[in-house]
Amino acid sequence: MPTLFDKVWDAHVVTSVPGGAQVLYIDKHLIHEVTSPQAFNGLRQRGIPIFRRDRIVATADHNVPTKDQDKPIAEPLSRKQVNMLTTNCEEFGVELYGLGHPYQGIVHVIGPELGITRPGITMVCGDSHTSTHGAFGAIAFGIGTSQVEQVMATQCVLMEKPKKMRISVDGDLQPGVTAKDIILYIISQLGTGGGTGHFVEYAGTAIQRLSMEGRMTICNMSIEMGARGGLISPDETTFAYMQGREFAPQGAEWDAAVKYWRTLPTDADAVFDAEYHFRAEDIPPMITYGTNPGMGMGVTERIPTESEIHGQATLKKSMEYMGLELGNKMEGMPIDYVFIGSCTNSRVEDLRLAAGLIKGKKIHENVTGIVVPGSQQVARQAIAEGLDRVFTDAGFEFRGAGCSACLGMNEDKIPAGRYCVSTSNRNFEGRQGPGARTILASPLTAAAAAVSGRIVDVRELH
Amino acid sequence: MQPFKKLTSTAVPLPIEDVDTDQIIPARFLKATTREGFGENLFRDWRYDKLNHPREDFVLNSPTYAGEILVAGANFGCGSSREHAAWAIYDYGFKAVVSSYFADIFKGNALNNGLLPVTVNPQVLDEIFRTIEANPAARFTINLEEQTFTNEETGTSTHFDIDEYKKTCLINGYDDIDFLLSQREKIEAFEAQREEH
Repeated sequence: MPTLFDKVWDAHVVTSVPGGAQVLYIDKHLIHEVTSPQAFNGLRQRGIPIFRRDRIVATADHNVPTKDQDKPIAEPLSRKQVNMLTTNCEEFGVELYGLGHPYQGIVHVIGPELGITRPGITMVCGDSHTSTHGAFGAIAFGIGTSQVEQVMATQCVLMEKPKKMRISVDGDLQPGVTAKDIILYIISQLGTGGGTGHFVEYAGTAIQRLSMEGRMTICNMSIEMGARGGLISPDETTFAYMQGREFAPQGAEWDAAVKYWRTLPTDADAVFDAEYHFRAEDIPPMITYGTNPGMGMGVTERIPTESEIHGQATLKKSMEYMGLELGNKMEGMPIDYVFIGSCTNSRVEDLRLAAGLIKGKKIHENVTGIVVPGSQQVARQAIAEGLDRVFTDAGFEFRGAGCSACLGMNEDKIPAGRYCVSTSNRNFEGRQGPGARTILASPLTAAAAAVSGRIVDVRELH
Repeated sequence: MQPFKKLTSTAVPLPIEDVDTDQIIPARFLKATTREGFGENLFRDWRYDKLNHPREDFVLNSPTYAGEILVAGANFGCGSSREHAAWAIYDYGFKAVVSSYFADIFKGNALNNGLLPVTVNPQVLDEIFRTIEANPAARFTINLEEQTFTNEETGTSTHFDIDEYKKTCLINGYDDIDFLLSQREKIEAFEAQREEH
């Protein structure tokens, strides 16, 4: 009867509170420089220590420069915030993979690659893309800073159990269509609030055939349809990815863990509060046209007109911001920037995919391209495979690890009015810098846009 | 946290759907390390132009509208988990936000900061917008104990849902952390009995 979500949630309930909320035990807490300082301050003011230090891992990602990472951070406010993470971690005894550490990187990239993320655990982080870790069959979700403080103080959060949704994608993907296109397609169908109040399980043959990195891309963007999180039943692909990673269980512990993990997948007769089914064949390479991730379409399609869309009162405002016209196509449209990075698409498979298309080509003379690997480990792997040379030979910059132009907190910003094809997760107004115009796409579509200087259908390049 | 019991105020209309937390407080203002002062950058890029001049067409710059209640389109607070969004709204002077639904993380953050998210059905929301349009001085009453939202202009009153526990917290100004700290024995007992993989 129970779903994967039920099994993991129910195994972590400490107690229930009258009214419906439950005290949920958290196995792993990831923290970063932006949403933790006020939480540390709160502990200090209350005079309480961290309850379970060994369950917290910290890194610096949102606010770090991606150039000259070996030098002190030039921007004073960023330097202060990153330094504060270091002093807070020292004072409270928290493990920190800070700037310069070989494990540093985007928090949602390093958790999985270090084997910190495991099936069946609960994970939180003061970041909405914590849903990424659900790819392993974990319950992982973003929390606010007050909750970061609560988890530091008690290793628990207080919340009502969300509802359950299953989204199944069955069949074969078209060539040139990636995990990113699957999730952009799903969000375009459900809308940016379609998953509100739910935890989403992704299922179906097209999901099962994805690599772990593809699954992470899918779960990562669950929040973009308003879902609390996303998750996928663990299977042989999951175990093969995890085995041998730095903090993954080993020996007899590994065998016992795998035995337990095999009990986690959703039961055949389980019932969900909501179910959606999609056919993999129907999914084209996707781009976004508007200012939220729900405003997506196939790369060759035309932007909807008002009459075709319900409940999109912001559509006109969006078009004004984007400098686009309702009912027009975007294919063939010139673009200015390409950003390959973010917790959605900065893993080594993403870089391989983009490099495969770029190899031997030059990026268009009107395009500025930057590649920002998700972590130091991803960067080292990319360099070992010569991917960095593929990018730099083509005219891309290959930077150090961090969140970078996904949210424009550091100096990696897109100038006002410029179009950026971005492998990140949000096309909100000003997300990549004030006035920046973001077009979300897969690493493949982004790479194709970089070399042609325009929005193109990657299926035609294959 | 400041207690919230009952509030009567005029309201500020923001009839835009899917207002995301990047609009509420852009990422470049998240470098602060305290909770204070975010109000001055609330809706920064909608409120000010490139030269930092107030945009006349934005509601927070209009002399017509003021109040402690923000009324916004569906799916308010979507996007990032930044609690800075709730801090900014509260710091600006709003005590409640009314919408037809809220993004989950924002809603939780608001509740943890004494900012009351009031969910009403889409028809009621439309009526509130119409009332404010007809009379910007229209007043509304939010009674948390009775869980009612009253349009003083029309006299219509509507019920809103809120978790019983969160309601008690807001009325008394209690933080979740106080409650969770009181559960430490249960938490330790849970840790002792579980088998972890």
